[in-house]
Amino acid sequence: MKATKAEPPKAETLAIRSGDDVVRVRQRVRALAVEIGLGLVDQTKIVTAASELARNTLDYGGGGHVHAEIVQAGTRRGLRLTFEDQGPGIADIDQAMTDHYTSGGGLGLGLGGAKRLSNEFHIASTPGAGTRVTIARWK
Amino acid sequence: MDRIPILKLGGALIVTIQVDMHDRLALALEEDLTAMIARTGARGVLLEISALEIVDSFIGRMLVSIAAVSRVLDAETVVAGMRPAVAITLVELGLELTGIKTALNVERGMALIQARLAEEEDGCGGDREGHEG
Repeated sequence: MKATKAEPPKAETLAIRSGDDVVRVRQRVRALAVEIGLGLVDQTKIVTAASELARNTLDYGGGGHVHAEIVQAGTRRGLRLTFEDQGPGIADIDQAMTDHYTSGGGLGLGLGGAKRLSNEFHIASTPGAGTRVTIARWK
Repeated sequence: MDRIPILKLGGALIVTIQVDMHDRLALALEEDLTAMIARTGARGVLLEISALEIVDSFIGRMLVSIAAVSRVLDAETVVAGMRPAVAITLVELGLELTGIKTALNVERGMALIQARLAEEEDGCGGDREGHEG
């Protein structure tokens, strides 16, 4: 039996309800980034992006979760993270993406910064229903 | 609750951040440092961050805030030992460590603070306008 040869793609969902959860998200994203063989700088970038987005989920979305999965495209492996909340949503995404714009007390670098630190970035938000941000980093 | 220890060495305070920072710890550190500067009259604060695997905008804001409060209390903040991967990421993130001096390691960081202390002992302390960067 070669049951261990073709392992299923790894995926997990983590709750984001407190500052400690943000720390936990960072640790799990780091472990997955190491697992797909990302270099130290790329690891640091995706972990930092995850930290920004997890904090957004907590501070602006009122908490939520992140779905982390190892993805494969041909021979390339990547890490895809989807942050979801059922918070107030974002009315003006372009404005929210602008550096130094903040609706709270932050530095306003979260969304734009996370986008710059990722290879893929997608955001969808419905006012009153919530926000979903997806990022990926490929090896 | 956990607290980050603050060491006093001459006119400087030294803090080594060895744990993953979370909100309460960051706030506690800012409070403790401020109280310690006021109590000891320290003129320099050295924050050693070589154990930090990332600096996101939350931690960056904490560093900037500590530096700003320290400056109001007449102490200069030097951040030492940032990992190269963290530095690269920080620039891409767009975070500027306004008002913070940086040093490659503790030794150089202490040298910066000692130079400031020595300068003032020589009576050249009039040069107080911000050397930001």
